[in-house]
Amino acid sequence: MTDASAVAAAVADAHRREWAFVLAATVRVTRDLDTAEECAQEAFAAALTDWRSSGVPERPGAWLTTAAKRRALNVLRHQGVEHRYLPLLMEDDAVAGPDEVSGVDDIPDDRLRLIATCCHPALDRTAQVALTLRLMCGLSTAEVARAFLVSEPTMAARITRAKKKIAVARIPYRVPPAAELPERVDAVLAVVHLLFTTGHTTPSGDELVRRDLVERSLELARMLRRLLPGDPAVAGLLALLLLTDARRETRTGPDGRLLLMEEQDRARWDSRAIAEGAALVREALRGRPPSRYALQAAIAAVHAESPSWNDTDWREIAALYEVLVQLWPSPVVALNRAVAIGFACGADAGLAAVDALADDRQLAGYGYLPAARADFLRRLGRVDEARTAYTEALALTENAVERDFLAGRLTALGPP
Amino acid sequence: MTQYMILIYEDEAQYATATPDVFGEIMEAHNAFPAAAEQHGVKVLGGNALQSTGTATSIRGGSDVTDGPFVETKEVLGGYYLVEAPDLDAALAAGKLCPARFGGVEVRPVMTFE
Repeated sequence: MTDASAVAAAVADAHRREWAFVLAATVRVTRDLDTAEECAQEAFAAALTDWRSSGVPERPGAWLTTAAKRRALNVLRHQGVEHRYLPLLMEDDAVAGPDEVSGVDDIPDDRLRLIATCCHPALDRTAQVALTLRLMCGLSTAEVARAFLVSEPTMAARITRAKKKIAVARIPYRVPPAAELPERVDAVLAVVHLLFTTGHTTPSGDELVRRDLVERSLELARMLRRLLPGDPAVAGLLALLLLTDARRETRTGPDGRLLLMEEQDRARWDSRAIAEGAALVREALRGRPPSRYALQAAIAAVHAESPSWNDTDWREIAALYEVLVQLWPSPVVALNRAVAIGFACGADAGLAAVDALADDRQLAGYGYLPAARADFLRRLGRVDEARTAYTEALALTENAVERDFLAGRLTALGPP
Repeated sequence: MTQYMILIYEDEAQYATATPDVFGEIMEAHNAFPAAAEQHGVKVLGGNALQSTGTATSIRGGSDVTDGPFVETKEVLGGYYLVEAPDLDAALAAGKLCPARFGGVEVRPVMTFE
């Protein structure tokens, strides 16, 4: 007998590492997402009891896959001709033969098929994100709902609608052909990046970092890296996530206050994550043209490798933003570029660059614009204008930690 | 194989002012569409252009007859193709080739009853 808590821990670990692999392999048998999910869930439940008597298998993923596929075959036998689902579309090579169900040594890795289906461009971004969390990460509908601050019935409806569209509109379950692969991978990367940013800075609420989303997105990025080792955009995204997350422990003070990068204790940055991220950046920048993630990661690497705030190579950062804004024009990137110019060439130049964006309608209501203005005005000693800009930024910011930061800066300016 | 409707939504006003040359180009594109779709394994089963929405009559609730299209929008349903495709990716590839220079298309699977 193996200890119950050790088995529970082993199953939880396998769930985290192997869920997508098990599900993707089971879909080959069921050709239906819902049935495959049920069979995979049952296999994990069975492991909780079976592993107590037989011990934790050497390859938990293979054990679970075999168990889930056996269940799937049983379900199919009982469903018989009354199979009421519209089967998923698969290429012939993806349909499981009888041998494959018994053999555990050579299970094809179908996770790329699964995530490509979750992130198909015919599904909207919110559906892509929900399906990815549910099918790739094995999160429950309730957990997915909590992550995106919507009610469980709303999220359940969203997931059901997306699954129905996959079946009815015949979205194929396959690895996209080479010609479409870059565009399709881009959609997958956008979803993983969105998961990370949602976890990294929640748009509202009290907790600055939602750990689980950040960790899930890192795991997905690592998985993509293993599945597509030669793709520079994938390397770029993983690098960006690693380099950004390396600063996690230092982003808030002991009192929960948001700390600017200027105030962060660099000795506590995760040096292993930085080394891994920096190595990936070099590879990612070989893409032609470099992906937006590669450039953002390169910017993060300049910060991460700088010994102190005062040593930051702002000219390099401003130059990287210049390339980024050309390749990927976005008002938010333009704002970051303006901020970098302010550090490279002085607060006057920064303020001018920020003010050049003041009329951009896409930035209307974006709290970081008045916050950046306020900071330049403060450094220029234009206290009254800085006060107005901080007040404006406060009105546009919902995150409690960021609000505290802005309010602190406003108070430090003294009374009007 | 699945059947899809490719519904063509365009700004009618632009057709009203199009030159004969532009018209000719559009007609040529439509004539070439079935062969282009075939390249993606998509078969065009049929299709029609509709008269302008100025000729439409709507009936609501079975009796309320009004002059005009059901929904007033800038881009209106002006024609359709019925196609047969192996999957949505192929149907979307055909949809991208479908002429709709003054708007775009919507691709919808056709419901089947067993």
